[in-house]
Amino acid sequence: MPHDDHAHSLLPSEPALRVKALETLLTRKGLIDPAALDTIIDTYAHKVGPRNGAAVVARAWTDPAFRDRLLSDGTSAVAEMGFTGRQGEHVTAVENTEDTHNMVVCTLCSCYPWSLLGIPPGWYKSDAYRARAVREPRGVLAEFGVTLPHSTKVRVWDSTAEIRYLVIPRRPNGTEGWSPEDLATLVTRDSMIGCGEARRP
Amino acid sequence: MTRIHDMGGRFGDGPVTPEPEGARVFAEAWHARALALTLASGSLGQWTLDRSRHARERLAPADYATFTYYEKWVAALTDLLVETETITRAELEGGETALSPLAGKRLASDTVPDVLSKGAPTDRRGPPPAFAVGDAVATRRPPRNDRITGGHTRLPAYASGHIGNVIASHGSHVFPDTNAHALGEGPEPLYTVAFSARDLWGPDATQGDEVMLDLWQSYLKPA
Repeated sequence: MPHDDHAHSLLPSEPALRVKALETLLTRKGLIDPAALDTIIDTYAHKVGPRNGAAVVARAWTDPAFRDRLLSDGTSAVAEMGFTGRQGEHVTAVENTEDTHNMVVCTLCSCYPWSLLGIPPGWYKSDAYRARAVREPRGVLAEFGVTLPHSTKVRVWDSTAEIRYLVIPRRPNGTEGWSPEDLATLVTRDSMIGCGEARRP
Repeated sequence: MTRIHDMGGRFGDGPVTPEPEGARVFAEAWHARALALTLASGSLGQWTLDRSRHARERLAPADYATFTYYEKWVAALTDLLVETETITRAELEGGETALSPLAGKRLASDTVPDVLSKGAPTDRRGPPPAFAVGDAVATRRPPRNDRITGGHTRLPAYASGHIGNVIASHGSHVFPDTNAHALGEGPEPLYTVAFSARDLWGPDATQGDEVMLDLWQSYLKPA
């Protein structure tokens, strides 16, 4: 079979029609159940998303033993909270501090911790982010409104294998005594990719 | 030596455009359909995740550069379906079609939550690691798949031919360079390797900044 041959050119040029044509053919052949597609879409549109990661971060901020487990074995720690599955099979958590800022990218495709953050936003999958996050992370951070002092070291994690990275942002000042549920409302998706900071109260 | 997808460090892409936190997960209904169709088709077991990544990477560069994200997914999925003879070109062109012998493997709606929450871990029993945390290692140059010309590899060009330090050892994982090409899972020790940003990019990078990559043992030599 030719290695670089492309059958996709046989489909309609309009993307929505292209997808519809393929779904219709696969359904006729008994290869897919449209109801299963609905279930997959419902899962990622409504159930699995950044609120999962935010719950993990808020717990790490309030439960030092959990934080230690999360940093030493992220996969097991997030599984304790029920967060397992596709594109979250192997999890490493990295913690932002005054000295170190972590940021996550996938330069080769769009690897992302689905089980914790859901489906990646468009910018994460964009050529600009994939190309530039590794070379000029501070320039990219500035586009997100984040400016770091040179004394803060930037560590960029390029997700080249099946390890998925979760950034634990710094806990905002003025949140002493807050419950994990309230703290989770401050944890943004971008802060868990390392392209933002947690909201201030 | 690699393909158009390997864009880490490239110049010319312009600014990143952040999106509001509350933006819809799927901007268009067909984006959601494309993602779900890809997942459901993958569960027929006719290709590996690594092969599906490679199918996107080997879209013609002109297509890769102009297709939107989910257009790439649909194009690659179509190519995989035809290559694996799951569907035929004649069917795509609107010819007659019949029930597939794979219909029994169809992903059923009621099993979706279980399938998604189980995932597909890639850790395996494998050879003992040759490197330890703290070791200096040099990455393969050129960044090629050494079994298949133009084949899948997860060593980005920008990190090829550089020296870094092992900062974590993850046991053995399925090796994409073989698993994408029906050459078996070939598990190999996987490491996280830290590189100095100055070393990768020159004096424009900030002293002390680092880039970390997850790299398989055969990409690495002692340094």
